[in-house]
Amino acid sequence: MADMMKFDLVSPERRLTSTEASAVQIPGADGDFTAMASHAPTIATLRPGIVVVQGASGEEKFVVTGGFAEVTPEGTSLLAERAMPASEVTQEIIDDFIATAVSARENATPEMLDQLSKQVGDIAFVAAELGLQANT
Amino acid sequence: MPSLKDLKTRIDSVKSTRKITKAMQMVAAAKLRRAQEAAEASRPYTERFNAVLGGLAKASAGSDAAPLLLRGTGSDQTQLLVVMTAERGLCGGFNSSIVKLARARIEALQAAGKTVKILTVGKKGREQLKREHEALFVGHVDLSDIKNIGYADAQAIATDLITRFEDEEFDVATIFYSVFENVVSQTPTEKQVIPADFSDVDTGDDGYVYDYEPSEEAVLATLLPKGVATAIFSALLENSASEQGARMSAMDNATRNAGDMIDKLTIQYNRSRQAVITNELIEIISGAEAL
Repeated sequence: MADMMKFDLVSPERRLTSTEASAVQIPGADGDFTAMASHAPTIATLRPGIVVVQGASGEEKFVVTGGFAEVTPEGTSLLAERAMPASEVTQEIIDDFIATAVSARENATPEMLDQLSKQVGDIAFVAAELGLQANT
Repeated sequence: MPSLKDLKTRIDSVKSTRKITKAMQMVAAAKLRRAQEAAEASRPYTERFNAVLGGLAKASAGSDAAPLLLRGTGSDQTQLLVVMTAERGLCGGFNSSIVKLARARIEALQAAGKTVKILTVGKKGREQLKREHEALFVGHVDLSDIKNIGYADAQAIATDLITRFEDEEFDVATIFYSVFENVVSQTPTEKQVIPADFSDVDTGDDGYVYDYEPSEEAVLATLLPKGVATAIFSALLENSASEQGARMSAMDNATRNAGDMIDKLTIQYNRSRQAVITNELIEIISGAEAL
């Protein structure tokens, strides 16, 4: 059994979870990484994606749309702008995510365009992962 | 001396007023609970967020490479005041006290020769400021259709502010709102949001030297706009809790006053009724004696 660490996932509107976890897979802006106990202290921004938490009682999945992660040797906190358990994500929510991302992309300056296009792609990937449609 | 019928109508009207204020008080109490829960739920996020952002901001403070949102334009000539009030009245001094603070600030700034611009959030503040300062209005955010304030609403206001800032419409932005202490006391407060000010934030120096991904500057640049949204979001939540708290105590007072008034009027009503009866008796007796 791997060492456990504290894991918190909070969004501005509520605290989604606060548990003990052995490993958390985080969709970082530069690529996915997994935080475990005694990880080097890191602050990373997030891209839209799925967070996988390996807890004592099995695996939990959450969908996040951005924000940042603070990893310390004792624990991990994810501060997500919008987050919800993967099981609560419905087609309407994905549509809403896509609409927000697409409208952001349309108003973007050229230098932001790359990043925002990537965001739309990331959301589409999340949708595919959950077996939902991404109507871009 | 009002007639008996007048008194009766008066009592009935005060009674129905009391019913209304009682109902409003109970509605406010229920809403207050929800607003307080929402404010509480947002606290872990806000605290963590400010601690991380505050730490980052301190590290890069003073450097020329710091993002504009942090170091500002280097001037404080044009001031944008964001006055956040309620959409509805009948909540005691809640709206007026925020407006009063903002007004004092406007006068102080104008006396110092600064340019003042006003953005109002919520109808009541706009109405109260309109008479003197309508020329300074640059925008208004209407929240009357929104039942439960969400982060997205705060984000929309923040995006608007940041766009204006990037278009060099102002140098410093300050938000005015009310902090919820408890049901009877709400403190009108001002807080500078652009450039970001973290002097009052406990950065919780835990001694860690963080690695930043992608880079320290990139993280700071993504987080700062979110910091504005977070500050506005928590101000909106504080405001809605304060509004309901103020309304609850105002309506409680109103209900009690209506009760006192009903008691007084009832005594007056009974006295005049008795006077009428006595009068009639005297008339009958003196009529009988005359025979």
